[in-house]
Amino acid sequence: MSQVTDYSEKVMDHFSNPRNVGEIEDASGVGTVGNAKCGDIMRMYLDIDENQVVRDAKFKTFGCGAAIATSSMATELVKGKTVQEALEVTNKAVMEALDGLPPVKVHCSLLAEQAIHAALWDYAEKNNITIEGLKPPVNDIDETEEYYQMTGE
Amino acid sequence: MDRLIYMDNAATTRVAPEVLEAMLPYFGGEYFNPSSTYKAAGKVAEKTAGVKETIAGILGCRAKEIFFTAGGSESDNWAIKGVSDALKDKGNHIITTAIEHHAVLHTCEFLEKHGVEVTRLPVDENGFVKPRELEEAIRPETILVSVMFANNEIGTIEPIAKLGKIAHSHGVLFHTDAVQAFGHVPIDVEKMNIDLLSASAHKFNGPKGVGFLYVRSGTKLSNLIHGGAQENGRRAGTVNASGIIGLGKAAELFAAGMEETASYEAALRDRLIKRVLEEIPYTRLNGDPVHRLSNNANFCFRFIEGESLLILLDQNGICASSGSACTSGSLDPSHVLLAIGLPHEIAHGSLRLTISKETTQEDVDYTVDTLKKIIERLRGMSPLYEDFVKNKEK
Repeated sequence: MSQVTDYSEKVMDHFSNPRNVGEIEDASGVGTVGNAKCGDIMRMYLDIDENQVVRDAKFKTFGCGAAIATSSMATELVKGKTVQEALEVTNKAVMEALDGLPPVKVHCSLLAEQAIHAALWDYAEKNNITIEGLKPPVNDIDETEEYYQMTGE
Repeated sequence: MDRLIYMDNAATTRVAPEVLEAMLPYFGGEYFNPSSTYKAAGKVAEKTAGVKETIAGILGCRAKEIFFTAGGSESDNWAIKGVSDALKDKGNHIITTAIEHHAVLHTCEFLEKHGVEVTRLPVDENGFVKPRELEEAIRPETILVSVMFANNEIGTIEPIAKLGKIAHSHGVLFHTDAVQAFGHVPIDVEKMNIDLLSASAHKFNGPKGVGFLYVRSGTKLSNLIHGGAQENGRRAGTVNASGIIGLGKAAELFAAGMEETASYEAALRDRLIKRVLEEIPYTRLNGDPVHRLSNNANFCFRFIEGESLLILLDQNGICASSGSACTSGSLDPSHVLLAIGLPHEIAHGSLRLTISKETTQEDVDYTVDTLKKIIERLRGMSPLYEDFVKNKEK
């Protein structure tokens, strides 16, 4: 469960040397998901250019090793992608890129996906645009899980 | 990092070299089953019987009141299920506390499914059970009070003698899970009004998989493990001779130097606590500052999560433990930290460091220095800390 040995080398790498930690001043979009009660909070900052391409992504995360690793990987995956492509960075994509997660940590990858969506939602609202297929963010991991159960994923 | 700094002695301890040496012959030349009739086996039986004398000397009881088990969890299970069964005609109510080890709590939950009623006493902010609250919880149908001697997470030492006295004044049996205490603090079962006591060898430099239950003579207790006639027919199963002999040696060793060890550990523990509280901001000590195990320090660091902390400590050669949800395998952080009134978000950032007489001041200082760097790094990544700092600046 909490055993380091249950984490893949990639997870340990992204936890030990997380990419893109920090904040972006005047970010195009910021999203915060999760809650402190459950022990995971992720905040993602996106810098998006006029062509709707993610120029930069940063994160701050309060949480376990997997929460930090999934945040790091999620920022890596969205960088250079268009807004529409970034929306397709799912929890599965984050997990696959990390060579998997222990079953009890799968919710961390859901949180990473939600963080991307929340930041994109913020960007869309600020710019008064609609991103096709983007749903309003859910600010609680429990609700997120219910949400996924509801949508049958 | 070649060196391993072991700060998790509440999880288990190193088998003392003298203990290992005492055990080895019983895997080799003296492999006989102590229950057999021939002389060679008799010598082993004498040796294991001698261990009961050693323990009896430490607890102030009689050797025939000591029953060997496979460890602390078995002893707790036996005491609670055994009393519940033996006294089912007298009553069906057990009183325990909110901060017990799972070996007690889950045993009680099991009994609840079989019609037993369980009261879990709350504790105060330092983890103490209030004697008055025990008094008020006792009912005519109460058959057992079970309160741990010292808490495994926060190290608080409970007022056992007082609690035992209250139980006895109502004619109720008193059990204590002394797994963290036996081998570390003086225990006298007479003066402390204890009827049943659980202990485990690996918590005091003995081997894993062996412990004992003290059962006061005349205590009504059903058997847990049925089978052969070992342990006076009370606990079946081939006698774990080497383990018991290791337990005995470990008990002899601590009995000879308990005071010295405790004062050495307490001084180091206090240095650890003082440095952490002074040098790392937004930190709290969990448990009582005075009435706590000499080897235990437990902290909460705000804005960070325990598992991340443990992994980074591990990468720096430091072994420790945490009560965060991620380390408990559930969504909730430690039940002990919640019971002392900490909110979830604070409890997630807990760290337990438990030292031993082998821990040096250098180990403690290296741990604090490393901890400072790690916490700064994790706070630098934490959105909670970011918000906290921004709100403070406003």
